Amino acid sequence: MRSRQAAALLTVAALALSGSACGVKSSKKDDPAVSGAAAAAAEPLDPNTKVTISVGCQPPKTAKEFRADWDADVQAFQAKYPNITIDSKDAFPCIVPETFQAKLAGGQMEDVYYVYYTDAQSIIANKQAADITDYAAGVQNVKDVNPLFLQTLKDAEGRLYGLPRKAYTMGLVYNRKLFSAAGLNPDSPPNTWAEVRDAAKKISALGDGVVGYGEYSAANTGGWHFTSLLYGQGGSVTSADGKTAAFNSPEARTVLQNLKDMRWADDSMGTKQGHRWEDLMRLLGSGKLGMMVGAPDVVTEAFNNFGAKSDDLGTTSLPEAKSSLLGGDGYMINPKASPDQIKAAILWLSFHELTVGEGQFNHARNKASGRPVGIPENILWGDNASGTKEKELRQQYATVPPGNFAAYEQGSATIPPKTEPPQAQAVYAVLDTVMSAVLTREDADIDDLLAEAEKKVNAILARTK
Amino acid sequence: MAVATRPPRGRPQRRWGPAFRRNLTAYGFLSGALICFAFFSWYPMLRGFVLSLQHNNFVDPPEWVGLDNYRTVLADPVFQTAWVNTLVYTLLALLCGYVVPFVVALVLNELRHARGYLRFVVYLPVMLPPAVAVLLFKWFYDPGPGLFNQVLGLVGLPGLSWLDSSSTALISLVLVSTWMNLGTGTLIYLAALQSVPGELYEAAELDGAGFFRRIWHVTVPQTRLILLVMLLLQVIATMQVFIEPYLLTGGGPEDATMSVVYLMYQYAFVYDDFGAGSALGVMLMLVLMVFSAAYLRFSRDDPQERS
Repeated sequence: MRSRQAAALLTVAALALSGSACGVKSSKKDDPAVSGAAAAAAEPLDPNTKVTISVGCQPPKTAKEFRADWDADVQAFQAKYPNITIDSKDAFPCIVPETFQAKLAGGQMEDVYYVYYTDAQSIIANKQAADITDYAAGVQNVKDVNPLFLQTLKDAEGRLYGLPRKAYTMGLVYNRKLFSAAGLNPDSPPNTWAEVRDAAKKISALGDGVVGYGEYSAANTGGWHFTSLLYGQGGSVTSADGKTAAFNSPEARTVLQNLKDMRWADDSMGTKQGHRWEDLMRLLGSGKLGMMVGAPDVVTEAFNNFGAKSDDLGTTSLPEAKSSLLGGDGYMINPKASPDQIKAAILWLSFHELTVGEGQFNHARNKASGRPVGIPENILWGDNASGTKEKELRQQYATVPPGNFAAYEQGSATIPPKTEPPQAQAVYAVLDTVMSAVLTREDADIDDLLAEAEKKVNAILARTK
Repeated sequence: MAVATRPPRGRPQRRWGPAFRRNLTAYGFLSGALICFAFFSWYPMLRGFVLSLQHNNFVDPPEWVGLDNYRTVLADPVFQTAWVNTLVYTLLALLCGYVVPFVVALVLNELRHARGYLRFVVYLPVMLPPAVAVLLFKWFYDPGPGLFNQVLGLVGLPGLSWLDSSSTALISLVLVSTWMNLGTGTLIYLAALQSVPGELYEAAELDGAGFFRRIWHVTVPQTRLILLVMLLLQVIATMQVFIEPYLLTGGGPEDATMSVVYLMYQYAFVYDDFGAGSALGVMLMLVLMVFSAAYLRFSRDDPQERS
């Protein structure tokens, strides 16, 4: 009897415990405390509450015009919201991986910090960004952003941890001047990989150190571009649930065989390999590179920092693409920020990054400062009213021939964007070895390389918490 | 009797006091070094060890995970590659970086003319910041207009892939490292050589010893201590190779130049896994400590010599 009573008590206790556990798990929305917090988060910032937020990625003093524009924007914002003070933090480049963790550990991380899409998922997994879902829910400028571009900044449950600044999909950047010199029509860029191969051969035949087609294979950029090419062929890096590698596939073989043929059979990729990001930028800036995979922002970057003439460059959509890798950057908010600071941060980001005609989209000012305007480097809005308005302004103040990018704008509109794989940096490091093998070893065995890389990536995904 | 059994109160103080006062200046100087070591060496080492046992996102309180980080690193297929590369690199760097400066120092020591100029020339690369020197070699190694392939072309030899081939990339890094560190090694060996009494060479010459026998029987034994210390220091330094693969090859091609410290960097700063990075750091430290202890034990003079 005693034992029966004990069993009954244990059963009741277990049921009670499991009931309470279920309750905790399922009642996040129903819990009055949680829903109260959500409601408080949705409330606008009290105009009488003084808030200061530190914001990263202020242009450095050496970039005088960019910095002056930033400071003017800060002043305009503070005039609109006198209770908010923006404490700008000078940084170039905007993110330095070596200091990211140290800044967090030392309490020096800005309240609003800059991120690449590539790093967003690991930051979310490491709980190093604030959940801003409830704070951003009612903001019209955020609602306007193409939901696909917010995807990268969300976790598996759809909670939002950042706001985008820039979004793009991959295409093919090419040098129109070299196309003309090689007897190719720059207004009719390649639509297929066979055409890319043919054009690369003709361009590299120009000699004088000219490379027909350039590709990355070091410092994780090789893996990044392999992913772009693989997505273009319709392949995937991981399975849909992100738990196993899925790149040991016919699509990946097509990608690698094509690169191998261009490198060794056609000799149209130059002898120097092991390129990382700045290497191809330098080649592009010096007018020695015919083509590379990239988004139109590559043209802006090559113009701003590598001496390229923006009129000489153009972009088309990724050849034969079934989907295209989504890239970009944005801001996340320090998890130690107070609710009022989060509200202020969203107001600032909405103003500076997500308002057509203001901040980064102030095309009239960009033109006056002599920057290239007219490049479709930011497709945050898609086809909605904001997107249409941004496109109109971009064309109105264009300083580069819009025709140079027409093929990209038309073609990429129909190609679905695809987000980066989980554990992107670690996976890209493995895929770097595949790219570097194909580009540096004529006898590289693609099947062996893919099988070996698959094992390594599966090990990385298996230990992902 | 009572007086005789009285405990000697204050006796240690009397001993300690004057000695302490006498050495106060020395303790003052020593404390600066101790504080620096404590803050910049011992505490980071301790912190690295603690981090290797934690999962830490630097926001929430750290989570103790036992040896999980060590298991993660050991299961990484690149772990073995990185150690093999590092050991091969160390061996090659010793062959070049240990022998070459000694030979250069011997030659400089024998010279009678332009000694100052040549010493300056040999030491010059050390004055360049390492990043500049490494990037300079990046241009030299360029398979197109790079200096090395141009020189090979002049003598009718085909160009090499240098950094772009998994078979030549590691040795290319060794060449950079040897060039960068040649000056320091040479200068130390030169100082050691100049402390060898000239009478020993004269006596050896009278005994009929030629150049090589003089080196083997006079120079090497007389500079033995410096040679042993330099060997240890070079092994410790080369096992921590980082800047060359970081700037020249990114660990590639095909992980051919992935070193232990570069892998550690990747864990910490690319994969944001400070725990695993620290675990690898602790492993490297233990290996170097064991090596150093064994080296010091086996390179110690025999007891008779010591007495």
